[in-house]
Amino acid sequence: MRLVAAAFLLAAIAGCAEAPPKPRALAPAEMVAVIPGPTGHVGAVVVRTRDGEQVLDKAYVARRVKADGSTETVAVTRESVDAIFAETVSALPGRPATFTLYFLEGKDELTPASKAELDKVFGELRRRPAPDILVIGHTDTVGNLAFNDKLSLARADRVRDMLVGMGMERQRMQSAGRGKRELLVPTDDNVAEPRNRRVEISVR
Amino acid sequence: MRKSLFAVAAFFAALPAFASTDVGVVKVSQGPVQIEREGRSVPATVGMAVRASDTLRTGANGSAGVTFADNSLVSVGPNTVFSIDKYRFDSTTHAGEFEGSLKKGKLAAVSGKMVKQTPESMKIRTPSSVMAVRGTEFVVSVEDAPAP
Repeated sequence: MRLVAAAFLLAAIAGCAEAPPKPRALAPAEMVAVIPGPTGHVGAVVVRTRDGEQVLDKAYVARRVKADGSTETVAVTRESVDAIFAETVSALPGRPATFTLYFLEGKDELTPASKAELDKVFGELRRRPAPDILVIGHTDTVGNLAFNDKLSLARADRVRDMLVGMGMERQRMQSAGRGKRELLVPTDDNVAEPRNRRVEISVR
Repeated sequence: MRKSLFAVAAFFAALPAFASTDVGVVKVSQGPVQIEREGRSVPATVGMAVRASDTLRTGANGSAGVTFADNSLVSVGPNTVFSIDKYRFDSTTHAGEFEGSLKKGKLAAVSGKMVKQTPESMKIRTPSSVMAVRGTEFVVSVEDAPAP
């Protein structure tokens, strides 16, 4: 009886040993790399995989995941990245172009320099496929946040209407008010500063 | 119900210019490119609006580029499937979140105002990784799944 039990046990162990190893789940191979922007600026991307977290903050350093799930961080050449991603990178839309307009103090009228800037906006529109415009109003720091949010949006809306009057399609335009959050000239709170009372036009 | 209606109203109040659910515009479309939305698939043409939860699918020789509301730029290369899982951007405060997943193929991206305001508010997922973006330009590829 004991022999029989032992034989069963041996058979069970042998069975275990002979069972094929459970195949590892195969995943598609992956790669991520940070690349320099047009001005040479290099940013950072945090990559999280099953092996933990890694910050990529140098150009052409890639984090790879292989098909067996293992990971590695390797230097790659600019040429190899260009070869793999040429079609992809060339499909990136053009960077938005920004123009800033200032108003004559206490008036709805643009400064002469800003009128010339407006001509450049139309030039930029002609260069882009399916262009759209974001008009962003800004204020100085006089007044509270809610007041300046409203005022900045009113400024943006006024410029948007001006552009519509000049022939820009209304449906291709959006306006936004940033209030006093994005000062061109940093000041303390409650400081009148004409250079902060401006409207940006982002053509994209 | 009232609460959710209020939340929706507050969302639109925060985005006064965004009258619809559009989150971006197709600026580049070459070769076979489809946008899948609510179970339908339409060819992506230049000027077409993109919405949160859309999927971009390209064939061989297909590529496309989208400019999002916060000025982030995303392009996809040939044989790619990329889904926009979440997109929210407040044009006043610049707060928001952008989550996308690259199921296969190639992607290039340039982060925008959202990431400048809040690093890592843009995330790209792949089958095995999550990329949290601190800025600015990067590329990602996912090869076709190997045969088991």
